Amino acid sequence: MKRYSVFAIAREALRYHQGWDKAWASPAPKSSYDVIIVGAGGHGLATAYYLGKNFGITNVAVIEKGWLGGGNTGRNTTIIRSNYLQDPSAAIYEKARSLYEDLSQDINYNVMFSPRGLLMLAQTHHEVRGYLRTVHANNLQGVKTEWIGPEKVKELVPIINIDGPRYPVLGALYQARGGTARHDAVAWGYARACSAMGMDIIQQCEVTGVRSEGGKVVGVDTTKGYIGTKKLGIVVAGHSGQVADMAGFRLPVEAVALQALVSEPIKPCMDVVVMANTVHGYMSQSDKGEMVIGGGTDGFNNFTQRGSFHHIEETLRALVETFPMISRLKMLRQWGGIVDMTGDRSPIISKTPLGNCFINCGWGTGGFKAIPGSGWAMAELMAKGEPGPLAAEFNMWRFREGQFIDESVAAGVAH
Amino acid sequence: MSSRLAKGGRLIDRTTACEFSFNGKRLKGYKGDTLAAALLANDQMLVGRSFKYHRPRGIVGSGAEEPNALVNMGTGGRFEPNQRTTTTELFDGLTSTSQNHWPSLEFDIGVVNNYAARFLPAGFYYKTFIHPRFAWKHVFEPIVRQSAGLGQVPKERDADRYEQAYAFCDLLIVGGGIAGLQAALTAAKAGKRIWLVEQTAHWGGRAVVDGVEIEGQPAEVWVNATLAALSKMENVTIRNRCMAAGSYDHGYVLADEKVADHTPGDGRPRHRLWRIRAGQIVTATGAIERPLSFAGNDIPGVMLAGAVRDYVINFGVAPGDRTVVVTNNDDAYRTAIALKEAGLEVPVILDARANLTGELPAKARAMGIRVEAGKGIAKVKGGKRVTSVAICAQAGQGAVLEEISCDAVAMSGGWSPVVHLWSHCGGKLNWDTAKAHFAPDPARPPLNHDGSALVVTAGSASGHLLADEVLADATRAVGGEGAPSAKVPHEAPIEAVWVMPQGAPVELRAKMWLDYQNDVKVSDVQLAAREGYTSVEHTKRYTTLGMATDQGKLSNINGLAILADSLSTAIPQVGTTTFRPPYTPVTIGALAGEARGEIFQPLRRTPVYDWHMAQNAYMEPVGLWRRPYCYPRAGETHEQAVHREVLNTRTNVGLLDASTLGKIIVKGPDAGKFLDMLYTNVMSNLGIGKCRYGLMCNEQGFLSDDGVVARIDEDTWLCHTTSGGADRIHAWMEDWLQCEWWDWQVYTANVTEQYAQFAVVGPKARKLLEKLGGMDVSKETLPFMQWADGVLGGFRVRAYRISFSGELSYEIAVPASEGRAFWDALVAAGAEFGLMPYGTEGLHIMRAEKGFIMIGDETDGTVIPQDLNLGWAISKKKADYLGKRGQERPYLASPDRWKLVGLETLDGSVIQDGAYAPAPGFNANGQRNTQGRVTSTYYSPTLKRGIAMGLVKGGLSRIGEVIEMTKLDGSTQQVRICDPVFYDKEGEKQNV
Amino acid sequence: MLILECPYCGVKAEETELTPGYEAHLKRFGPGSSDEDFENYMFARKNPKGVHFERWRHAYGCGKWFLAARCTATLEVFGTYPAQTSEPPAEIVAKIKAKRPDWKGYK
Repeated sequence: MKRYSVFAIAREALRYHQGWDKAWASPAPKSSYDVIIVGAGGHGLATAYYLGKNFGITNVAVIEKGWLGGGNTGRNTTIIRSNYLQDPSAAIYEKARSLYEDLSQDINYNVMFSPRGLLMLAQTHHEVRGYLRTVHANNLQGVKTEWIGPEKVKELVPIINIDGPRYPVLGALYQARGGTARHDAVAWGYARACSAMGMDIIQQCEVTGVRSEGGKVVGVDTTKGYIGTKKLGIVVAGHSGQVADMAGFRLPVEAVALQALVSEPIKPCMDVVVMANTVHGYMSQSDKGEMVIGGGTDGFNNFTQRGSFHHIEETLRALVETFPMISRLKMLRQWGGIVDMTGDRSPIISKTPLGNCFINCGWGTGGFKAIPGSGWAMAELMAKGEPGPLAAEFNMWRFREGQFIDESVAAGVAH
Repeated sequence: MSSRLAKGGRLIDRTTACEFSFNGKRLKGYKGDTLAAALLANDQMLVGRSFKYHRPRGIVGSGAEEPNALVNMGTGGRFEPNQRTTTTELFDGLTSTSQNHWPSLEFDIGVVNNYAARFLPAGFYYKTFIHPRFAWKHVFEPIVRQSAGLGQVPKERDADRYEQAYAFCDLLIVGGGIAGLQAALTAAKAGKRIWLVEQTAHWGGRAVVDGVEIEGQPAEVWVNATLAALSKMENVTIRNRCMAAGSYDHGYVLADEKVADHTPGDGRPRHRLWRIRAGQIVTATGAIERPLSFAGNDIPGVMLAGAVRDYVINFGVAPGDRTVVVTNNDDAYRTAIALKEAGLEVPVILDARANLTGELPAKARAMGIRVEAGKGIAKVKGGKRVTSVAICAQAGQGAVLEEISCDAVAMSGGWSPVVHLWSHCGGKLNWDTAKAHFAPDPARPPLNHDGSALVVTAGSASGHLLADEVLADATRAVGGEGAPSAKVPHEAPIEAVWVMPQGAPVELRAKMWLDYQNDVKVSDVQLAAREGYTSVEHTKRYTTLGMATDQGKLSNINGLAILADSLSTAIPQVGTTTFRPPYTPVTIGALAGEARGEIFQPLRRTPVYDWHMAQNAYMEPVGLWRRPYCYPRAGETHEQAVHREVLNTRTNVGLLDASTLGKIIVKGPDAGKFLDMLYTNVMSNLGIGKCRYGLMCNEQGFLSDDGVVARIDEDTWLCHTTSGGADRIHAWMEDWLQCEWWDWQVYTANVTEQYAQFAVVGPKARKLLEKLGGMDVSKETLPFMQWADGVLGGFRVRAYRISFSGELSYEIAVPASEGRAFWDALVAAGAEFGLMPYGTEGLHIMRAEKGFIMIGDETDGTVIPQDLNLGWAISKKKADYLGKRGQERPYLASPDRWKLVGLETLDGSVIQDGAYAPAPGFNANGQRNTQGRVTSTYYSPTLKRGIAMGLVKGGLSRIGEVIEMTKLDGSTQQVRICDPVFYDKEGEKQNV
Repeated sequence: MLILECPYCGVKAEETELTPGYEAHLKRFGPGSSDEDFENYMFARKNPKGVHFERWRHAYGCGKWFLAARCTATLEVFGTYPAQTSEPPAEIVAKIKAKRPDWKGYK
C-alpha cells in the first residue's frame, strides 16, 4: 500500500494522478476463510481491521451486498461523543472516541476527526438535573464532560437563541472533545487498511443462506457462491434480523427509518455540534458548509430508507426556534436510513446460539460514533470466543435477565 | 458582450423598468425578467466563484438546473444566501451580491486553489493533512471551512412568515408545459379532481419558446386557450410559482408555492407549503439539457443551448454577440436559428455527428450558417469570459484545426427526462440507448398504498422530446384519447458524446468540468474509478459530483457515463445515485411554517393560566403545559420566592394550580378487575368515597406512573396520574382494553381538561374552606384519604383529602369553566389567612421534605417500586398485574439493587443535583465503581438545611453510615444515609 | 407518509392522525411463563422485510386500536381490521397470498 501524504500527492500531481493504486482490492471470494464478516459498513470493517491489528488474524473476508460504507455509515450525521450515562455505554463510546483521535494516523487516511465540541442543551429543569447526573457519572467514568451555563452556550454558539419563549436554554452538557468525522472516509480508510493487510473485501455479494452443522456455522451461501468459514460475524445493522433468521435465531431488534437532511452550504457560522433533545433536533455544520440536521425515527417497521416527512418538519420547527437564522437557509437534501433498535436502545455485541457465530447490531440511531470501539470489542469477542470487558454487558441475553443498559433515562431520544 | 436586444422578449414588459443592484452596482431590468436575464442584459456574465478552485463562474442555464449563478439576496431580515438567479423574478429594489470570493468577485484570493488544482484532485484531503494529529482540527480544517461554504450567513431573524396548507385531489399534475396542460385537460374532462402545479410564473414550458405549432397555431395560442378552459373548471386547481419538491409514500407530495418572493414585504406570506394528498401523481416535468464535456466548458460564456434561446426569445437578451453552437443533436440548431433570426452572429455550428440528416441542420445551412459535421471543441479560451474556441475533429485527440473568436458558446449534449418525483419513492429507470438518457420504466413504478402505480409520467418526462409525441403521451398517461396534433420538424437521432474530442488526453480531461459548482472534472471521475471507488455512490462521494446545490441536475448523467467508460462497462450497469427530495432546495422557514415563538408547539393552558401570567409567575414547561415554577415578588430571586411559598404553606395556607394532574375515569362492571391488573396494589376493594395511592408499572416491571385513585361509585373509579402521564396512561389503558382484554366491560375517559383542580394546603386550609362555606370539611366528615362532592362558596366541587406536602390538604376539583372563578374566590377568601399561591418547585420541595417520591426524579425508567421501599403498595395476593412477570427476572429481583434512602450532608449544605456515590476500586473498563446516586436534592426552608433522597446499594440497612458523594469540581463531600422522611414522620400534620 | 383506513370509522387516516403500536397478534406471557416465552413476548418482536401485521391507534380520530397488514419493503397496505382478533382475517390472508405468492403465511 502506497502511503498517503502531501509528498505523495505532489509526486502524483506531476503525472496527472495516473499512478495511484486502488484504495482496496476487489478480489473474487476464496473457497474459505478463518473469519467472514457479513457487512462492510464501518462496524464490520473496523471489526476486520482490529482482528488483523490486535490479533494477527488476516485470513478474513468482509462481504457486502451493496457497496462498502453504503448503509448507515454513509447516511448518518457523523456525530461523535461519549457523554453517556451508563457505565457500559460510556466505556465503549469513550473507547471509540479515543480511537477516533488517532484514527487518521493509524490507518493513514484522513477521516477528518474534528473534536470541535458538542453541546446537549438543557431546556427544562428536569433535563438540567439529568445532564448534571451525566456529568457526575462521566467524571467517575473517565469521560471528560462539563456543565455550562446559558451564557457560555451563547459564547460557543453565537447563532443560538437562548431566550425562546417556550424552551429557554438553561445550560448544557458540554463535551469539548466530542465532534464529527467524515463518515465515508471512516469506511474507506478501514477498507483500505484491511485490504493492505491481505483481507478480501467483496462487494456486490449478498448472503443468501447460513450453513451450520452441529450448532456451528460452516459457511455462507452468497450470490457469488458458497464460502466456508471457521467463524462468522454478522454486522449488518438494519438487516440484522434477516441474516439472523438465515442463521436460525431470532434477534430482539426491529428496523425503523431514521431521517436526516442538509441545508445548502454557507460560510462557517457554527463551530460546535448542538443537540436539543427536548425539542428533538440536532445540528452541526460540515466542513463543506452545509448544516447537517438529524431528525427522528418513524414508529413503524420499515426497510425503505425513506421516512415520513412530518418528522422532518418537527425537527426543522425545533431548529428554527433554536437557531432563528436558519429560517432563510434552504433544505438541500433529505434521506433516511434503516436502523435496528433493541428493547433498551443499546447495542448487542454478543455470542449467539451458534458457537462460532457472533453478532454486532442494535446500534439504533447512534452507531457511527461507536465504530472504532465497536470494531475493537467485536474483534476481541471473535478472536477469543468470549467477550472482553467492553462487550461483556452488551450480550443479547440481557433482556431476559432484565439487565438493561438504558440511556434514554438521561439522554432523551437522540443519539 | 451580452446585452438587451432592441426587440423581442415574450415575458418582459419594456414599459415597466425595475432597478436592482448587483455587488453595489445599480442596474436596470424589466418586469418579467429573471435576475439572470437582467444581469445578462447588463453584460454581467461573471456572477460567482466555484466551490473548490474559486474559478470564475457565469450563467449556464435558465431555470432550476443552474449550478453557478447563485447570489446572496436581500438585506437584514430578508437576507438569503444561495438564491438561484435563473429562477428569481426581478422586482424593483432587488439587491444581490456574488458569493464565495474575497476580496471581490473580479479579484479573488481563493483562486490560488485554481493554480494549485493539480495538487487538489478529487479526494486529496483524504490523503493529506494527516500529520501532525492536532493540525487537522487547528490548522487545516479552519482553512478548508473558510474557503468552502457558498453564501453568507443570515444574521437576523427572518422577517417573513410562511403558511402551510393541505390539499386533496385525484390527480396531481406536476409541470405546466404542454404535457401537463394536456394531461390536466384530458383528466379534468373525465371528471377527476385535478391539481396542476408549475414551478415558474409561466405556462407552456419549452413549446412556446421552440416555435411548436399545435392544431395549426403557435403553441402559445393553444396554451392560453387550454389554461382558460382549465380555469373555468370547478374540479381543477391551478397554481403557478409552485414547485412540487418531493413525492412521498402513499401519494403525499410537498409543494412550495412562492407566493411573495417577487413582491417582498407586501404583507402576504412569503411561501405557502402545500401538503398534497394525491390519488396519483402525473409528472410532466420535462427534460433538462446536458452540457458537453470539452476543455474549458466552465468558462463564463459557455451556456446550455436551450438556455441561450430562452434568453433571446423570452427576455430579449443576447448572451453573446458571436455564439458558437456545439452539439450532438438536432435540437441545438433551434438556438442557432433563433440567434440568427435575432440578428446575432453564429460563426459556426459544431456537430459531433458525422452525418447530419435532420430538417433543422438543413434549415440552418439554408440560413447561411456554417455547419461543421464530425467536429467538436478542443478547447475554449478565455478567463472571465469566453474569447474563442479551438475546433477539432470529434474522432481525434484534439489537434486544433482552427480557432474561432466568439464571446459565447451554446452547447447541447442532449436532454434527460426529469425523473426526480418518479424516483423519490423508488420508481426505476431504463437506459434508452437511442436517446442516450435514463427514462422511467413504466413497468417498475413507485407503488401506492394499494400496490398500484403511484406516479405516471407524461411527455418529455417519459423521454418523448418531440411535441407531437409529448401531447400523445400526456393524453395516454391519464387514460385519454385523441391528442391535439403538433407540427414538428423531423429530427435525426442523437449520438452520445461523453468526452469531446473522443480521444482527449489527460491534460484536456483535467479541464473538462462535469460539476461546475463543486469543481468536479472528467479526470476526477476517472481518478475515482482508478482508485477503486467504482460504485456510482462511491464516485459521487469521493469526487463530490452531483452534491452541490443543483444536486447534479447537469452533471450526474455525464459523470456516470464517464464512470462507465472508465470501468469499461455499460451505463445501466453503473446505475444512478439515489434521487432524494427536494427537487430544488426549499426554504427551511417554509417547512417550519407558522410554528414559531409562543406557538412553536401547541400550548396547553389551565383555566387559571391568565392569572398566573398576570402575577408574573416564572413559568416552566411541563410537557405541552406551562406551569408556574414560583411567583416571585419584586426584588425576590426565584429561590427566595420558592422558600417563601414553602414556609407560608407550612405555616398558613398555600394554593396550587394542580389542574394539569391527569384525571381518568374508569367505569364498568369489570373496572375493578381491570384496575387490579393496571396497578400493583388492589383497587377493586377500595371503598366508595375512599382514596388510595397506587403505582403503575410497565410490563417490564419498571415504575411508570403513580397517583391517587378514588372510588366514585359501585362501578366507577377516578384515577389521578402525573401531569406528564395523563395522555400516555390513558392510551395505555385503551391499549389493554382494546387489544388484550377486549371482552372486559370497561370504559375509560380522560377528563383531565374537564376539571380545574386546586390544592389548598396548610394548617389554615380548613379555615379557608369553612369561610367559603357549604359542605362539611371537618376531619370527622371528610377524613384523610376520602373524598366528597359538595358545594363551596357556591361552587359545585369535589374535594379530596389527599396530601402531597404532608400538610392538612384538600384537592378541590370544579368544572373547568368555573375554575378561574373558584380560584379567584379562594384567593379573595384566603387573604385573611395569609394565602399565597405556590408553584411546582415549592411542591417538589415539600414532597421531598416528606419523603414522597416523584415520578421522573426517583424513577428514570429503570427503577422498580421495590427499589423505592414501596413494597407495601405491591399486592402479594394478586396472581397477576402488569409488571409482575418482569419484576421476577433475576436482575430485578436481585438483593444488590440500589434502594431509596434519605441523604444529608454533615455540614448541612446541599448535595449537588445528579451526584454519585463512588465505591472503592475500578471496574474492568477502568471506570470508578459506584454505590449509589442522589435522586432529589433541595435546600429545605423548613429545616434550614440540605435534604436529599437517593438510591444506594444496601438501602435503609445502612442508615447512619457516612459515604462520599461527588461534586462537579471533582472533589467529594461526606453525606450521611438517613431516613427519607425529613418532616413529620408520624403524619400528624396531614391527618388532622 | 402512510395512509391507513380505520376499520371502525372508515376514515382514510394519515399517519399523523395515528399512533403506531408495532407487532400485532401478540400473545401475552405473564406470571408463570418461562423466561424464554417472556423474553420473546417482550423483546423478540417480528421484524420481517415484507408482509407484516402491526397495531395502530386512530389516536386523533375515533381512538380505536386497529390492525394493519403492510409490506415493510414497499409500504403497500393489504388491509386493516379491528384489533379484537387473534389472527388475521381470511380475506386479508387470501389477498396477500394473491399479491405475494412467495409469502409463507401468517406465523
